[in-house]
Amino acid sequence: MLEKALQGNKAYWGWIATLLAFIGVGFGCYMYQLNQGLAITGLSRDVSWGLYIGQLTYMVGIAASAVMLVLPYYLHNYKAFGKLVIFGEFLAVSAVVVCLLFVIVDLGQPQRLLNVILHPTPSSVLFWDMVVLNGYLFLNIIIGWSVLHAVKKGVPPANWLKFLIYLSIPWAVSIHTVTAFLYAGLPGRYFWLDSLLAASFLASAFAAGPSLLLLILFVVRRVANLEIPKEAIQTMAKIITYAWTINVFMVGLKIFTIYYSQHPGKMLGFDYLYFGYEDYTQMVPWMWNFVFLALVALALLIHPGTRNNQTTLTIALVMVFVAGWIDKGLALVIGGFVPNPFKVYTEYWPTIPEVFITIGVYAIGLLILTILYKVALSVQEEST
Amino acid sequence: MALNRRSFLKAAGLTTLAGLGGHAAMELLAPGALDAAQPAKIGAFPEALIGKRWAMVIDSTKFTSMRLSQKCIDACHTAHNVPNIPGKQEVKWLWTDSFQRVFPDQRNEFLPVDIKHQPFLVLCNHCDNPPCVRVCPTGATFRREDGIVMMDMHRCIGCRYCMVGCPYGARSFNFRDPRPFIANINHRYTTRMMGVVEKCTFCEDRLARGLMPVCVEASEGALIFGDLGNQDSKVRKILRERFSLRRYPSLGTEPHVFYLI
Repeated sequence: MLEKALQGNKAYWGWIATLLAFIGVGFGCYMYQLNQGLAITGLSRDVSWGLYIGQLTYMVGIAASAVMLVLPYYLHNYKAFGKLVIFGEFLAVSAVVVCLLFVIVDLGQPQRLLNVILHPTPSSVLFWDMVVLNGYLFLNIIIGWSVLHAVKKGVPPANWLKFLIYLSIPWAVSIHTVTAFLYAGLPGRYFWLDSLLAASFLASAFAAGPSLLLLILFVVRRVANLEIPKEAIQTMAKIITYAWTINVFMVGLKIFTIYYSQHPGKMLGFDYLYFGYEDYTQMVPWMWNFVFLALVALALLIHPGTRNNQTTLTIALVMVFVAGWIDKGLALVIGGFVPNPFKVYTEYWPTIPEVFITIGVYAIGLLILTILYKVALSVQEEST
Repeated sequence: MALNRRSFLKAAGLTTLAGLGGHAAMELLAPGALDAAQPAKIGAFPEALIGKRWAMVIDSTKFTSMRLSQKCIDACHTAHNVPNIPGKQEVKWLWTDSFQRVFPDQRNEFLPVDIKHQPFLVLCNHCDNPPCVRVCPTGATFRREDGIVMMDMHRCIGCRYCMVGCPYGARSFNFRDPRPFIANINHRYTTRMMGVVEKCTFCEDRLARGLMPVCVEASEGALIFGDLGNQDSKVRKILRERFSLRRYPSLGTEPHVFYLI
């Protein structure tokens, strides 16, 4: 089936070449980082994780959100998602690959990566994150590929696949839960020390993931022969609406607990992000943009008129995706480190090579996504 | 004659029994002989200091100026080849900070002026319940039975999760190759490579040679190091007699560096 990715028009190859160019630049920067160490990043003794781990966190959510298509289709036999499920699963595959790559580019000694397997340490959440992410990757590759193969042959998917599909549903929840546990179990890091963290991670992921998927599908509809049933779009928009509402609600819950209790440790991180501290204000505009995007998107999604209108829906989806990124890809990590547990403010901002490495990793994800989508589209086209 | 199946199995069974039962037999014939030869002690120097629970007491009343603190820091950093890297990617094992930062739980704007401006020495707290050990995905950082929280710099993958886990900021990452930043390399101690985390080890290598930690030796008696497991040790005695604080005890990490105030 893979050979279908080798046939395409000029625009297709142009897109592939563009991605390869970004991958090349990112790879070059990564070679520089390998040679010079993480000194080339904006990271520091006080802010030991940054853009890379933020992207890992956000992309785990994107990967987990495939379950928002898988669950209605396989558990509730919701037919409108029939043709789209494969795109959700392949988005999950690309997103998990991106996650694993972000872990690797973040390591100081990447050649020792296998120590995580050679010296398994069950007390470490990072060890379990490795387990669940790899498991989810293989589940989605096997499921997606086998289902597509069945479509190609015109036969129903094998029965053993059902088991893996059902398994993939709680597994999707597990990857984002475990990723939240990376943060939520650390004494002294009050910004993260919150039992709500995993739940709010899932809520924002189940909004941002399907938003990204719909936006990608809108693009695919333009450049290729894909029909998205109107009902499917509306159902996904409703899922996004519910998830985003719950997410915004949970932000409110946190704000109440933090500010009504006046717990100093809890307030410091939020204060820094939303109001700044003395001269340390670089996150403030980002956070108020997040608030603006989150609330406008919420309004656009809740009102049926704007939700069912293609243009306003698209705007809302972009807003949800960007707001989710600010919240999880940027603020989550930075807010946890600044200030540090003894109230020292060391700000962090990614450097240019760090940004190019990040773009390069995303380009690899998009390349994988393009190839998988090309195969899926070709197979679906031939079978109809 | 070749070994037939039956005699092979017999021999194999006997050998296994000897292997399994050997320890019990030894215990019966020479009780305690095996315990005395536990691996941890086989390689140790006869003069090695062996403790049940190592701890440090910092007599902050003797560290009123930077002079003595700096002497301890220099002794430590020189002995352990700690690079002198300026800026926010620095590496440090032993350093000083203000009272409010060392004891964030004890916020109080009406502190005596001398305490407010006094430098307090800070280092790894060698916790009983260390979050850094809990989060390390490879076991590269681990807690020894005598309480020392150790690093295996050859196993560390440089994920920096331990730095995220440590609420004391006791850990440093080698963002770059540290060797060019070491003024005089001490060839009796290792240097580190780029991309690994490092921190104070309570001078476990010196304890193994019967020596006190290097900062304690330089401290003119202001740092007291010893075994909390021993009722009569100097640290136990001084903690019985004088009031002490620990950093952030509310986090449940059970730090083992005590500050006499």
